Amino acid sequence: MAGRRIVITSGKGGVGKTTTTANLGAALAKRGERVILIDADIGLRNLDLVLGLEKRIVFDVVEVAEGRCQLRQALIKDKRFESLSILPAAQTRDKDAITESQFAAIVEQAAEQADFVLIDCPAGIEGGFRNAIAGAKEAIVVTTPEVSAIRDADRVVGKLGERAVPMRLIINRLRPEMVRTGDMLSVEDVCEILAVELLGIVPDDEEIIDTTNRGEPIVLNEAARLRAIYDKVARRMQGDIVPFTTFDAPGFFGRLFGALKAG
Amino acid sequence: MHVLREDHDDRDESAAASAAPRKLGRAIVITSGKGGVGKTTTTANVGTALARRGARVALIDADVGLRNLDIVLGLESRVKYHVLDVLEEKATLDDALVTDKHSENLVLLAAAQSREKDEVDTEKMVALVRALQERFDYVLIDCPAGIELGFKNAVAGAQEAIVVCTPEVSSVRDVDRVVGLLGNAFKPQLIINRLRPQLVKKGKMLSVEDVNGILHLPLLGVIADEPEIIVTTNKGEPLALRTEGETAHAYHAIAARIAGDDVPAPTVEVKEESFFGKIGSIFGGRRA
Amino acid sequence: MMEWVKRVFGAQNSSSTAKERLRLVLMTDHLALAPEIIENMKRDLVDVISRYVEVDREKVEVNFEREDRALAMLANIPIVSVNRPSPPPAPPTKPPEIKDEPPAVAKAAEAPPVRRRRRRKPPGATPVATPPKPAAANP
Repeated sequence: MAGRRIVITSGKGGVGKTTTTANLGAALAKRGERVILIDADIGLRNLDLVLGLEKRIVFDVVEVAEGRCQLRQALIKDKRFESLSILPAAQTRDKDAITESQFAAIVEQAAEQADFVLIDCPAGIEGGFRNAIAGAKEAIVVTTPEVSAIRDADRVVGKLGERAVPMRLIINRLRPEMVRTGDMLSVEDVCEILAVELLGIVPDDEEIIDTTNRGEPIVLNEAARLRAIYDKVARRMQGDIVPFTTFDAPGFFGRLFGALKAG
Repeated sequence: MHVLREDHDDRDESAAASAAPRKLGRAIVITSGKGGVGKTTTTANVGTALARRGARVALIDADVGLRNLDIVLGLESRVKYHVLDVLEEKATLDDALVTDKHSENLVLLAAAQSREKDEVDTEKMVALVRALQERFDYVLIDCPAGIELGFKNAVAGAQEAIVVCTPEVSSVRDVDRVVGLLGNAFKPQLIINRLRPQLVKKGKMLSVEDVNGILHLPLLGVIADEPEIIVTTNKGEPLALRTEGETAHAYHAIAARIAGDDVPAPTVEVKEESFFGKIGSIFGGRRA
Repeated sequence: MMEWVKRVFGAQNSSSTAKERLRLVLMTDHLALAPEIIENMKRDLVDVISRYVEVDREKVEVNFEREDRALAMLANIPIVSVNRPSPPPAPPTKPPEIKDEPPAVAKAAEAPPVRRRRRRKPPGATPVATPPKPAAANP
């Protein structure tokens, strides 16, 4: 049976699509799934860098589309996992270098050899976005609890809705202490505004920056708080019902504003 | 209907133009390649800071389809017309320019929300920027993420560039790409945004030296990571409106440097470990 | 401490401001993205109004106005003509009951009749169709 094809998108840049793609892919792979990650950000590739695989790139997605190599030649196997591979984007081209149908065909081909194909979508809602969603059957919308990110996410939700793509939401970089003081929109606020089913809540965590710099997905670090959270999201993607972790805030503000969720 | 003025000598004295011939304003694009590093926040705050010094400033949101400069400035309820309305002559420039709530010498020209980037005529965009340069001291263009048509149109009308980067490998790599595409004609200057000095000290974040050791650009400013920015965006009140606070001061200093004042160089963090010395090898062959 | 007090009892905190602003801006964004919905709304509005008065369909204008905290639709619908008010409907055909006509005083002691307050017509006003008066409460 062909694997699931999921695009990870947001509209707004910099909210954590690539980090999410890398870490969810790694978490799923750790749980025994066969995973292929595809970087659709042609011209500004970063998925390879975030996974520390940049030095092993030989071919990229554009070369596969142009028939200059086979898909299996371009796929880079991440040796830290049982079954995680990535198909890098081209760096010296731009998004016009590949068509929607070419991209869709590659995604379909990847889905024949994987349980999960995760597509890292570029920022925006135009050419690069259209390519990235071309082969996808599901979407994960990533947003942060900030005004511009939510506005852009809303736009993306609209575009995906036009194509009847089922979608779920990940809220990234939540800062519970700022939510408590009323300085940041809460999970409930974001869900109410976007009206998309929640898949995961990832709190802001400085460890992520270091792992990205090193090219080591955070799920490899047993002690990392975010590892458990990405693992939960992976389980939900596999179909398990996993409750969201509750941050029971001690003290007055905890009682006043209620328990805060993450996970 | 308004005709975009292209002949500088034939200016008619409209109500908004000053009586004396003015020096052509500077058109500066704020770009980064990578999304989410703070281009819009920077445009809003630097624009506000320049306006506070008395300059006449026009801000253009070039992110067609995903506009956000309006909401960051708190002006989203006042936008009636946008750039494409002006380019397509459905509205005059004066109709479309929204005066800032806090500074009367700061105006915004919003992007269209329901259109696409390929609907912008590049030549007309260049003419529009030029028309604004004739009326304002500074025209700051907020560039969308990416390096495609949106970027090209945003850059087309500008003569200078500010590139914004966070101290993270993907961001640095993208700025490197963008600087390569811009070439030297734009005299790009660098703003490093969201620096976390504690992490730099622990060796868990690139330092200013690390970043600029790779990019080799004149450093315009360094802004520390500031959760208060989220609050200011929530309210639509840019931080540069404040007189107190490290970040507000940093934006004021950037404005001063842009204006040519002699301001001491931005503080450079001294790193304790040189873990990231090897990062340079990733960026070989940077002029694409 | 004062910050906390202000937040809880006074000024709106920034996340509430953000939520409200987002709500309004998304409404505006959605409308901008759906010109056909605006056209349908305009058409339906004009259809409904046309049941009562004749309008100039070509000159109907529908705009959306944003203020800091509100979004409103403003419709300008030029009225071309107003039909003459139609005659009141015929009274019920059931014959009135024949009973001894009670004196006026005693009548007042029963349930008071339904009063209808008459609005004074402003001088020079064009008569507008009014709904027909209800039939008298008592025979």
